[in-house]
Amino acid sequence: MTRSARRTRRTSQLAGAGVAALLALSACSSSDSGSDAGSGSDTGSGSGGSDKVSGTVNVFAAASLTESFTELGKTFEKEHPGTKVVFNFGGSDSLAAGITGGAPADVFASASPKTMKVVTDADAAAGTPATFVRNRLEIATLPGNPDGVSSLKDLTGDDLKVVLCDKTVPCGAAAQKALTAADLKLTPVSYEEDVKSALNKVVLKEADAAVVYKTDVQAAGDKVEGVEFPESAKAVNDYPITLLKDAPNSAAGKAFMELVRSAEGQKVLTGAGFTAP
Amino acid sequence: MTPPTPPRKGGAAVGPAVGPAAGGRPRRRRAARGGAPLPLLVPALIGLAFLVLPLVALLIRAPWASMPELLTSTEVWQALRLSLICATAATLVSMVIGVPLAWLLARVEFPGRGLVRALVTLPLVLPPVVGGVALLMALGRNGVVGQWLDTWFGITLPFTTAGVILAEAFVAMPFLVISVEGTLRAADPRYEEAATTLGASRFTAFRRVTLPLIAPGIAAGAVLAWARALGEFGATITFAGNFPGRTQTMPLAVYLALQSDPEAAIALSLVLLAVSVAVLAGLRDRWMTAS
Repeated sequence: MTRSARRTRRTSQLAGAGVAALLALSACSSSDSGSDAGSGSDTGSGSGGSDKVSGTVNVFAAASLTESFTELGKTFEKEHPGTKVVFNFGGSDSLAAGITGGAPADVFASASPKTMKVVTDADAAAGTPATFVRNRLEIATLPGNPDGVSSLKDLTGDDLKVVLCDKTVPCGAAAQKALTAADLKLTPVSYEEDVKSALNKVVLKEADAAVVYKTDVQAAGDKVEGVEFPESAKAVNDYPITLLKDAPNSAAGKAFMELVRSAEGQKVLTGAGFTAP
Repeated sequence: MTPPTPPRKGGAAVGPAVGPAAGGRPRRRRAARGGAPLPLLVPALIGLAFLVLPLVALLIRAPWASMPELLTSTEVWQALRLSLICATAATLVSMVIGVPLAWLLARVEFPGRGLVRALVTLPLVLPPVVGGVALLMALGRNGVVGQWLDTWFGITLPFTTAGVILAEAFVAMPFLVISVEGTLRAADPRYEEAATTLGASRFTAFRRVTLPLIAPGIAAGAVLAWARALGEFGATITFAGNFPGRTQTMPLAVYLALQSDPEAAIALSLVLLAVSVAVLAGLRDRWMTAS
């Protein structure tokens, strides 16, 4: 009897400790950092040929670049054996905040000049950023466009659930610009934290429409249907790219930027729905 | 936020076989209080510094000058009020369905109990964003259950305040269940057995004997769940979206402020921190030391 009582007490103590540990762990589960800065030395698998460009390149890039940059990263690793491209995709503003806060990044590709300015103002960029692509907005609707959305004005009705990006992220700012240009007032059900989560609300059919980038519509394939609207011309986003001053691997970073701006890189990017600058 | 210490009934009766003479006990206790052994003290202090330092840094870098202006903005109050309401509601939901679940896990032998216990703790290890997507797939407009809620009752949960409460309860309830189950297992079942042999039904025994017995454990679990719900971000923004006044809780407001104005984000975090510390300290004095 006493032994079993003792055992249950011990398990309850274990449970208490477990709760404490889990509480601590859950606090870090929401961060989606893709940058394992400490894992630079694990690629020592007998690489005899030391190229000029080697090691890990840390690229911080806007969420809308996910598909095209991932492809370019593979190309880069193939062209420069021994290198590894590590991406951190996210909202441009939080990436910029990370960079000014000292995150170890080599290259920053932003979805708006405004967020790039945060980095240049903090004197964190090496050289002047260059625009490498542009992106336009499009309306993403459910497959087959069951609600018959054909213009931005169609989204202002009460019967449609529309999601926009929050004003603090570039796609939200651009959407606001387009709405202002069209003199429309739109009350969405949600201001999403980045373009991919706005798009996903339509992919998951929780929202009827979202104002996102053309590239995101294209990347989603047949899960959404894109509707172009003329006001998007008033809100074209320039994507600047720059090498960072505190880049741990600036040589490889520079090489990656060259690839992005080369004819080969531009082909991948325009294939994803971007337009050349 | 300290982990819940299981209530110690009968205090020193933990290991009577180990202790020497009863007379030696007070002296030993005093000695233990005086000098903590170095191999324990050093990591303990490092642990404390690790937890406290980021908060201190937040306080040092806080934009104190612009604080009054930020604190009077209606958006902040809106978000704070929504956070407190939703976290409290989520805790209540967790208590109503979580305590019976904990009782089931602790007191009823059934096949696959270990598996059920693992399932209950699953939301703890699931990234909250994935939890949010999972909730959408279950209770969303086209979800496994949600589509029927929509067609039969006209209820859609995503993008509503109720959705925020659900998302927070999903993430926070395991904390309550684990805590209460631990307390239940530590509580002596003989009291319940005595009550039932005296003619009480099992439910009456639970209500009149077990519940008062494990009240401190429930309180501790509820506080943990409340704290987790208050800070919830991933599941909330994924399931309920972000709309000021309706689904934008403080963590969401903080995250979005961080994108445009980091200083404002720090200020908002401090508000949330101050409120939660005040509430937790108040609860601690009233409930938790009473055990």
